[in-house]
Amino acid sequence: MELTGAEIFVRCLAEQGVDYVFGYPGGAVLPIYDALYQQDKVKHVLVRHEQAATHAADGYARATGRPGVVLVTSGPGATNAITGIATAYMDSIPMVAFTGQVPTALIGNDAFQEVDSVGITRPCVKHNFLVKDVRDLAVTIKKAFYIATTGRPGPVVVDIPKDVSTMKAEFHYPRRVSIRSYNPVTKGHPRQIKKAIDLMLAAKRPMLYTGGGVILANASRQLTDLTRLLGFPITNTLMGLGAYPATDKQFLGMLGMHGTYEANMAMHNCDVLIAIGARFDDRVTGNVEKFCPTATIIHVDIDPASISKNVKVDVPIVGPVDQVLKEMLAMLKESKAQPDTAALKAWWKQIEEWRGMDCLKYDHDSEVIKPQYVVETLYKVTKGKAFVTSDVGQHQMWAAQFYKFDKPNRWINSGGLGTMGFGFPAAMGVQFAHPDETVACITGEGSIQMCIQELSTCRQYSLPIKIINLNNRYLGMVRQWQEFFYQGRYAMSYMDSLPDFVKLAEAYGHVGMQITKPQDVEPALKEAMQMKDRLVFLDFLTDQTENVYPMVPAGAGQNEMILV
Amino acid sequence: MENEAGALSRVAGLFSARGYNIESLTVAPTEDSSLSRMTLVTRGTEEVIEQITKQLNKLVDVVRLMDMAEGPHIEREMMLIKVRASDGGREEVKRLADIFRGKIIDVTDTIYTVELTGTGDKLDAFVKAVNQTDIVEVVRSGVTGIARGEKALRV
Repeated sequence: MELTGAEIFVRCLAEQGVDYVFGYPGGAVLPIYDALYQQDKVKHVLVRHEQAATHAADGYARATGRPGVVLVTSGPGATNAITGIATAYMDSIPMVAFTGQVPTALIGNDAFQEVDSVGITRPCVKHNFLVKDVRDLAVTIKKAFYIATTGRPGPVVVDIPKDVSTMKAEFHYPRRVSIRSYNPVTKGHPRQIKKAIDLMLAAKRPMLYTGGGVILANASRQLTDLTRLLGFPITNTLMGLGAYPATDKQFLGMLGMHGTYEANMAMHNCDVLIAIGARFDDRVTGNVEKFCPTATIIHVDIDPASISKNVKVDVPIVGPVDQVLKEMLAMLKESKAQPDTAALKAWWKQIEEWRGMDCLKYDHDSEVIKPQYVVETLYKVTKGKAFVTSDVGQHQMWAAQFYKFDKPNRWINSGGLGTMGFGFPAAMGVQFAHPDETVACITGEGSIQMCIQELSTCRQYSLPIKIINLNNRYLGMVRQWQEFFYQGRYAMSYMDSLPDFVKLAEAYGHVGMQITKPQDVEPALKEAMQMKDRLVFLDFLTDQTENVYPMVPAGAGQNEMILV
Repeated sequence: MENEAGALSRVAGLFSARGYNIESLTVAPTEDSSLSRMTLVTRGTEEVIEQITKQLNKLVDVVRLMDMAEGPHIEREMMLIKVRASDGGREEVKRLADIFRGKIIDVTDTIYTVELTGTGDKLDAFVKAVNQTDIVEVVRSGVTGIARGEKALRV
């Protein structure tokens, strides 16, 4: 039987097991929305701005490991989605974004709501397609999901002209596709893995540095097993938090620009560095000339282009992180060899000294609310079990430092692109994926206003997100840099004329609270968590001058931190 | 590469986005109509070339990639050059074309058009050898290349 392109689209998503599509209708996608209306397998979530659709799909993907799906119209629908697509691209998040397009006959004519979506998204997608013939639609959708979810994941855009969704074709959804020019590696090279094992066993001052790749590969268990078996210290990148339990004593905290003293010092002084699913980002390495000066570097990554891109590595292992870690564990168990325990003992003694610096300390007796205290209390009240999304800035760093994630997929933030406005819509995606879990969005008064309109979406779908607004009336991270590096000239970093967030939340039909005193922080958070079916906007008026410490200033080495 | 719309712009976009330089680029369909072959000339340190190779391999439209400079290979470029040729100058241009094994492919009473194939250096040498004020127009194809002997780039 022949189906229209729109019907084929919906059937493909159902076959693919998509439960939620995040989107916004418009002229070029009307046929698709009509087809969505006439079925109930694939549910559609109506956001209030296309950027939020992409972030919500992204949050859904990060919390579940399944691809996030977006549907927007042509022209402005597509351009509004770009920020979210680029966000997913930088963090390697599996996403398939469908954009409507003007009818094929009008493409290139500057038609109403026309934009070259394939051209405009090209630099920020893993791949993209323009479907010109309805007979290609099903196989293209299959390819899109295949590319988005395999190898190093990433967003794929499929541009569908309006007439393609109205024309008819036989429907057949292929169970598999193969693409001759796209063959992600499925296994690490055994000889390289052996070489890495030998180096690890001989190490005197080893260090594990792992990133978002471990979470994307669902390899948290293997990583934990390997780390415990070896007894090595481990640090996670911002993207990798939760891959190794943060409450474990082998965990040194996050590394990098706002990493802990012990993590950065251990990096700087290690003799064997084992990088797994991490990409030596500039926020991690600091000055690459001064990076890990005494280390032999092993790097496991699915993407060969990530290896030796920023820092030259000695033992590259290209392969899926889960497979490589399994192989490492098997080899270690088989060889029965032990790491150098005497050397490790001395290394741990040194690390404990660094840890003794207590680099995350802050004033607990402050008269004003310390932002760190809010995050710590949130951790306590939610027993460390919440899904936490964040926006970008100081609050993001405090969330990463003070909420101790013991499980993967629970810390959701825009690490690579650093997209303000990400946290709240991402929390919506997480809440759809996990309706019974606590989802908290740690944000600031700057970031939250970048997608504040989604309060309306949350009302429509009764999403009981808890918004933790660390309101210091400043664009805090900008203010911090201006204080440190621009002699306190606070250009445009003060947030004047803020709305009354309590009334704003109420205007959208939610609960709003403002908290101004440290002693009210815990009761307010407890009260909010009790309201299991309501969105609660908690507006914490925090210390205006608090800075994020430690800090590795730009151009400095990892061991050159500014401490409190 | 896949002979598909957009494949060329993916390559060009990659180079501009990552700050690599394209010295020349040629592309045309092959005997297999689903494929086209591109020869791209770029310059960089060993690390940069390695990174370019890896990034190009990541493009879904790139089927196979070979760094010609890694082994013995042949490079050729074609040039069409229009030279003012009148009176005594006519003989001079003819003689130069012969020395460089070029062909005069179009003749008017004032102009010779010479077709010349060879390495980029050879074409440069010809352009230099011609009286500069006589050059009317130059068009070069960009470099194409192929490995010597048994080694071949095929799917």
